[in-house]
Amino acid sequence: MRALILALALILAAPMAGQAQTAPQVSGTPTSPTPMMPPVADELEVLKALQGGRVAGRITIPDQQAASLIQPQGRSWRDFHNVTLAWVGGIAVLGMLAILVVFRMSKGRIPVEGGLAGRTIQRFNGLERANHWMVASTFIILAISGLNLTFGRHVLLPIVGPEAFTAISQWGKYAHNFLAFPFTLGIVLMLLLWVKDNIPNGRDIKWFAAGGGLVGHGHPDSERFNGGQKGIFWITTLGGATVAVTGYMLVFPFMFTDIAGMQLSHIIHSIVSVLMIAVMLAHIYIGSIGMEGASDAMTTGQVDLNWAKQHHNLWVEKEMAKGRGAEPPASARAAGAD
Amino acid sequence: MARMKFLLDAERCIECNACVTACKNEHEVPWGINRRRVVTINDGKPGERSISMACMHCTDAPCAAVCPVSCFYTTADAIVLHDKDLCIGCGYCFYACPFGAPQYPRVGNFGSRGKMDKCTYCAGGPQADNTQAEYIQYGSNRIAEGKLPLCAEMCSTKALLAGDGQVIAQIYRERVQKRGYGSGAWGWRTAYRETVAI
Repeated sequence: MRALILALALILAAPMAGQAQTAPQVSGTPTSPTPMMPPVADELEVLKALQGGRVAGRITIPDQQAASLIQPQGRSWRDFHNVTLAWVGGIAVLGMLAILVVFRMSKGRIPVEGGLAGRTIQRFNGLERANHWMVASTFIILAISGLNLTFGRHVLLPIVGPEAFTAISQWGKYAHNFLAFPFTLGIVLMLLLWVKDNIPNGRDIKWFAAGGGLVGHGHPDSERFNGGQKGIFWITTLGGATVAVTGYMLVFPFMFTDIAGMQLSHIIHSIVSVLMIAVMLAHIYIGSIGMEGASDAMTTGQVDLNWAKQHHNLWVEKEMAKGRGAEPPASARAAGAD
Repeated sequence: MARMKFLLDAERCIECNACVTACKNEHEVPWGINRRRVVTINDGKPGERSISMACMHCTDAPCAAVCPVSCFYTTADAIVLHDKDLCIGCGYCFYACPFGAPQYPRVGNFGSRGKMDKCTYCAGGPQADNTQAEYIQYGSNRIAEGKLPLCAEMCSTKALLAGDGQVIAQIYRERVQKRGYGSGAWGWRTAYRETVAI
């Protein structure tokens, strides 16, 4: 395409250069399409002929990326990295933290209605939990090292000094390069383990309409995963796949794409990442200190029966029907055994 | 102080690649790294031009603006240098650079990037001038010896000029007036946000 435009510019230029110049050797010099301008092969003229595109030519060294002479798109990427990404990332992450603080202040910790039953029911098995924590731990490290690349220079560098900051950032880069693989594996496993319970249906619409029981009153019906959890699932798997694919583009520079592809990969990777970080902050909050009984699901895998009935009533009914009833606590003894 | 610039007169460049060779030899630049290169546009067609390109030592350098570890600095002569002890080899400067100047040895994980290397305008780096440490990391420091970059110094057609921006612009201006047409001060508009007024 570039070659075509350049060739077009040349064809336009050739007759004009002939008449406008006394020196014969410049005939055919690429010129401005405007007849009034003197024929020159300068940067502005070529950039104009290419409509601000990349100027590329032939190179005799093996590195074919070096054939790109001028790429003005670098300026757009700089603006993205220094302005757009900083604002989007800053607003997403700090905004989510602010929302969570306000939510906590106004609603407090979400209790288990009617208190804990003391009897538990298996919610996640060992494989599910191990995989969750593989994804979670790698995600947290990737998120922190990623945020450091965008914000560290302004936040951390002035505090720790250049040498220490470089050491931290260097480890962040290694972490990014290596943890990408367990993260991707975890995302694939997560998709396989949970996709069957995460197909969106009409009940999710009702769940969202009822504010998920968080904002409004009452508890909308929910199966194994409610609408919000399904949202988290699809954000994790689809977003995770997106950051993984674009991330591999960046880990293996220029193996699959050119400079424009590298810039685009970085743009998609970083924007999806900061948005995922914001979503995961909410996920971490509600799964830990935000809701009574929630963290058991991913630690012991055994959740309190009352918690399960409150948040996943239809799932509990199904599990009970399958005969996988709630187990009594270890300390409980059969009635009359004393 | 002088404002050091490169100026490439595409009308004179004959693509001999002596600048590339001189640079590689002077600084013992490793295989696979090219601080300077010659790109030929419209190859084999009317209007063929060769342009020798390296780091242009931009005003408001994009590499410095995007560097996550802030390893770039500008000397009093407006030469853009970087500290390899701080560089983490993330590759961001290559995405931002309009001229493709930053180069990376493939020594990182999975053959990805090591610490960035680029044209120093023969001015070395943050180490003490003309020490062994500076030479290993950045190559020779001709500026500290009162010499100009070797690529331009040994250019046989004097297509590539290096030196104070005003001085080299005047040389180019006289050429353009003499021969009656310009060839563009390649990269000036992008790097310095100005062009040579004739």
